[in-house]
Amino acid sequence: MRYMTTKNRAILREMVVTDFKVRYQGSILGYLWSLLKPLFLFAILYVVFTYIIPLGKDIQHYPVYLLTGIVLWNFFTEATMQGASSVVARGDLIRKVSIPRYLVVIASTLSALINLGLSLVVVIIFALFNGVMPSFEWLMMIPIVLELILLAMGISFLLSAMYVKFRDITYIWEIFLQAGFYATPIIYPLTKVPEQFHKWFFINPMAQIIQDARYAMVTNTTTTLWTSVHSWMVIAAPFVIVVAVFIVGALYFKQHSAYFAEDI
Amino acid sequence: MADKEIAVSVRDIHKEFVLPQSKNSTFKQTVVNIVKKNNKVTQKTLDGVSFDIHKGDFFGIVGRNGSGKSTLLKLIAGVYTPTAGSIEVRGGLTPFIELGVGFNPELSGRDNVYLNGALLGFTRKQMDEMYSEIVAFAELEPFMDQKLKNYSSGMQVRLAFSIAIKAKNDVLIFDEVLAVGDEAFQRKCLNVFERYKAEGQTVILVTHDMQTVKNFCTRAVLIQDGAVIENGDPIKVADKYSAANQDVIDQDLEIANHKEGAVGVLATNELGEKTNSFTVGEKVTLEINWDSNDTRVIMVDLYKNSGELITNFISKREGMETLPIGKKVKLDIQAMVTPGSYHIDVSLWDADMKQRESVDYGVYSFMVTNDFSRAASSFGGLTFLKSTWRS
Repeated sequence: MRYMTTKNRAILREMVVTDFKVRYQGSILGYLWSLLKPLFLFAILYVVFTYIIPLGKDIQHYPVYLLTGIVLWNFFTEATMQGASSVVARGDLIRKVSIPRYLVVIASTLSALINLGLSLVVVIIFALFNGVMPSFEWLMMIPIVLELILLAMGISFLLSAMYVKFRDITYIWEIFLQAGFYATPIIYPLTKVPEQFHKWFFINPMAQIIQDARYAMVTNTTTTLWTSVHSWMVIAAPFVIVVAVFIVGALYFKQHSAYFAEDI
Repeated sequence: MADKEIAVSVRDIHKEFVLPQSKNSTFKQTVVNIVKKNNKVTQKTLDGVSFDIHKGDFFGIVGRNGSGKSTLLKLIAGVYTPTAGSIEVRGGLTPFIELGVGFNPELSGRDNVYLNGALLGFTRKQMDEMYSEIVAFAELEPFMDQKLKNYSSGMQVRLAFSIAIKAKNDVLIFDEVLAVGDEAFQRKCLNVFERYKAEGQTVILVTHDMQTVKNFCTRAVLIQDGAVIENGDPIKVADKYSAANQDVIDQDLEIANHKEGAVGVLATNELGEKTNSFTVGEKVTLEINWDSNDTRVIMVDLYKNSGELITNFISKREGMETLPIGKKVKLDIQAMVTPGSYHIDVSLWDADMKQRESVDYGVYSFMVTNDFSRAASSFGGLTFLKSTWRS
């Protein structure tokens, strides 16, 4: 079975472009907001976490370290929240055209990915200003982001298919994300957490992804899954979870997608 | 004819829907339903429908609202999944059942063409090649950079249709395209249908216009209450559909004419059938009856529903000096008016038309539809005036 035919690619492209064009409709600065939004968020966080609550004063390049975490978490939030409502939001298409339903979910992930790309550009600019040296290790971001996309897409498949029938799911997921934000070492460095608990933190794929990204982008002193956990079972855990979530999500979606048109 | 290749084969299709009130849309309901072990309330929309569409057929699907024909179309298009039975489509099929799917009012006309094109299965490159042709056919060249929300509904339909007819596929589906758009647009549609028919294109058409079914379709089915009740000859299907509608109209007319009041109106067509739908140029016979003993003159005002008074008819002026004792007259009108909705007011007057006894506003309404098989296709304006050409 071929999933990415030229026809499907054309549909995806149009959906993503439409999304992007419509998003800043009517605003004077338009697309610029895609850059301005993360920029201002960073400025605020920078002030808060360097002058008011200096949580990471021991960490090298802490502002960039913080921003990397925030940017990746924001992508995860945006992709899964938009993904969850994507099928219902595109109900008009689903009820009228027999385009493959998974395209709608992929399009919403890609839209979020564009924002991630723009935010990462801002992060790189920040990093250079902060004195971070560019290195080949930055290329490690490619597999890390791919893992993140796989995770976000798997969750989006699962949630979007459930959302068609259970409209409570987005509220539940929102709460889950709130809890996840604090369960993941984003604003606090993992070094503040006693070492024997690290393995429990790293079962969470988002913790592994963010720490790895920081290692690649910001500083080699970052505590990562690889440096702080020694059991292979635990090291495998976040990756097994990502793959399992994707497979379960995709299968659940496939099973239910045939009835989306009448259930929406 | 019998061994023609099959394009779409519909085999014993059943479709049931879970009715919304029993749908578990919140967890609370879900829990309640699980605890109570509620049986789902389902509605059978299609109940064992089978037919074949051959290559080159111009296939009509007709049926009253709610008969299940739209569900059937969505099943063929692959939007719905059948509860039981199978649908086999050989070759490509336009996957849309409605014009302008995915149109976004915030995007320009140009962007919408590409968006809609992608949904119909075109790549960007193919769209680039067809773009100017589409715009030319829609006659919208000056408007393509404007947002779609600033288009009139007619312009939107024109644009959508122009894209849709580019979607060359083995099987095309059109749902009620003739119901939208003005007369010029409808004629354009019919021209395209002519071309499809000439080219041997397989087309599935859902419509309420029986004239189109009779003129274009090579085969047709009539769906009623989720089942096929007539399959094959489009003339038979169209007539059976009209007859089924006639029963409903008759019931309505009987109710309308039994109402208490000063005036009753009963309308019949050339064949003496009670109806409220006529084609252009058809003879409308109004049978008017009234209660009052003092009425000497009857006046009928014919209005277009948009408000214009088309003309009036006065019994005395037209030569009926005294009204019949039976308090019942017949008025024959040649419906030489442009297609649309009309109504009449009937007023009762004394002998010298100084004193109006009563007036019954909108006592009868009717439709005049276009009949493309007649001279009416050259119709322009509100009505025909009597005229003579001399040299």
